[in-house]
Amino acid sequence: MDGLRPWRGRPIIADPRLRWGLGIGFAVYLVLALGSIEVNWLRVWEGLDRGWAFIRAFSEPDFVSRWRDISEGLIESLTMTVVSTVVGIAISVPVALGAARNLAPLPVYLLCRGIITLSRSFQEVIVAILFVAMFGFGPFAGMLTLSFATIGFLAKLLAEDIEDIDRSQAEAVQATGGSWLQWLNYGIQPQVMPRLIGLSLYRLDINFRESAVVGIVGAGGIGATLNTAFDRYEFDTAAAILIIIIAIVMLAEYSSGLIRRKVQ
Amino acid sequence: MPMTASRAWQRRTTSTQLAIWFGWLLGVALFVYCWREISAATTWFFVTDSPRVIADIGSRMVPPAWSYVPTLWQPLWDTLNIATLGTLLALVMAVPVAFMAASNTTPNTYIVRPLALLVIVSSRSINSLIWALLLVAVMGPGVLAGVFAISLRSIGFIAKLLYEAIEEIDTTQVEAIASTGASRTQVMAWGILPQIMPAFAGIAVFRWDINIRESTVLGLVGAGGIGLQLQSSLNILAWPQVTVILLLIIATVLFSEWVSARVRHAII
Repeated sequence: MDGLRPWRGRPIIADPRLRWGLGIGFAVYLVLALGSIEVNWLRVWEGLDRGWAFIRAFSEPDFVSRWRDISEGLIESLTMTVVSTVVGIAISVPVALGAARNLAPLPVYLLCRGIITLSRSFQEVIVAILFVAMFGFGPFAGMLTLSFATIGFLAKLLAEDIEDIDRSQAEAVQATGGSWLQWLNYGIQPQVMPRLIGLSLYRLDINFRESAVVGIVGAGGIGATLNTAFDRYEFDTAAAILIIIIAIVMLAEYSSGLIRRKVQ
Repeated sequence: MPMTASRAWQRRTTSTQLAIWFGWLLGVALFVYCWREISAATTWFFVTDSPRVIADIGSRMVPPAWSYVPTLWQPLWDTLNIATLGTLLALVMAVPVAFMAASNTTPNTYIVRPLALLVIVSSRSINSLIWALLLVAVMGPGVLAGVFAISLRSIGFIAKLLYEAIEEIDTTQVEAIASTGASRTQVMAWGILPQIMPAFAGIAVFRWDINIRESTVLGLVGAGGIGLQLQSSLNILAWPQVTVILLLIIATVLFSEWVSARVRHAII
């Protein structure tokens, strides 16, 4: 008892009652949650073979036997990606202007924030189901879905960026007697443009990834082909499709990184 | 010299202006081509008919079938579990991947780091619904497939953000620990971990929030949760039930967003 004890780090949560309370609560939740999962171990055991077959399929992906389906699905996915990103951006920009508190009056602000929240609440696939019910099967519904999802993402981030702009530059344009449009065009747009380009490229990337899943519910794209491949246990075709998706995403990420560095 | 006085201010030189116009031209051409492709694959009758269909579905969706709510608690609990357990599992797997991917902590730059980066890209490129599709084929339908689908999808996201945080740490602190003669693990525990803990917690909560959203649809391919109920209600065209499910999903997503905003606020 010479008063020397090893140094301990500072805990993240200072209040010990809160710390222990959260810890115990979390442990109780974990027990309850794990207990409520029903697992059919026999089924899992049987499935391991299939899992192994799938992993093996990656070493010999089959691009050939369903190449027509794959290429058609891919082209559909890519066209959906391009169109939905362009349409999504075209709608997002006005929504973002409306959702920026420093530009828009309160009613417009609330309306635009409402649109953003609505778009962000639903997973793309749920929106795709509704759009397929409304507009029929095919890439049109998928394109609308992705455009809709783009609004929530792009308008939200862009609006935050507009709210963060340097006011003095915008005021300088106003001081020269510029009109509202000129103020927007010369005072605000140059400040948010690099960010808008960066976000658009990022969204293009996301839209491609998402275009691969909306097909599962019938909204066009490579997802439909992938779904069929899994249903038929054609793991070699599925592996081929996944490899193509990964390659395109890598390519998109690399090139968008290059463009962003050039712009910013 | 009357000409020089009338020269207007130009932001760009003529050649850059031309290059920009050419870029726009290419972009527009690409857009028009893509639009034609989509248009050709669309049955326009269904689209022109859609106002009627929308009005029809809209009128069927109200009033919501509130009596259906009690049957939704169990699937909702499953959905929350899929998101939470999936995130936890992903955190456990993503931490080593992140340390292997960060250029300042990776054990080997030529083999281990590219492998870790490949894991990250693959995990991120494949949507959780596709992971679920695969895992349901492998282990059968149920919550377990959903948990694994969410975790496999989240590894890349968490590891990517975490390794960027690791690469940005203050090296002087690490050197200070190393200079006391600490071992590699001690440097990790006292030099690196405390610096990335806030980022780690923030990323975890952020991903949990995203995963709540993602786990609502996994049921569509049989991986458990509220999506199963959505699928079965859609199959029998029970639109009042669909309304209730959608409202419940919105409420859950808003709740998770509120929680994650609170936690992130407390950390930062």
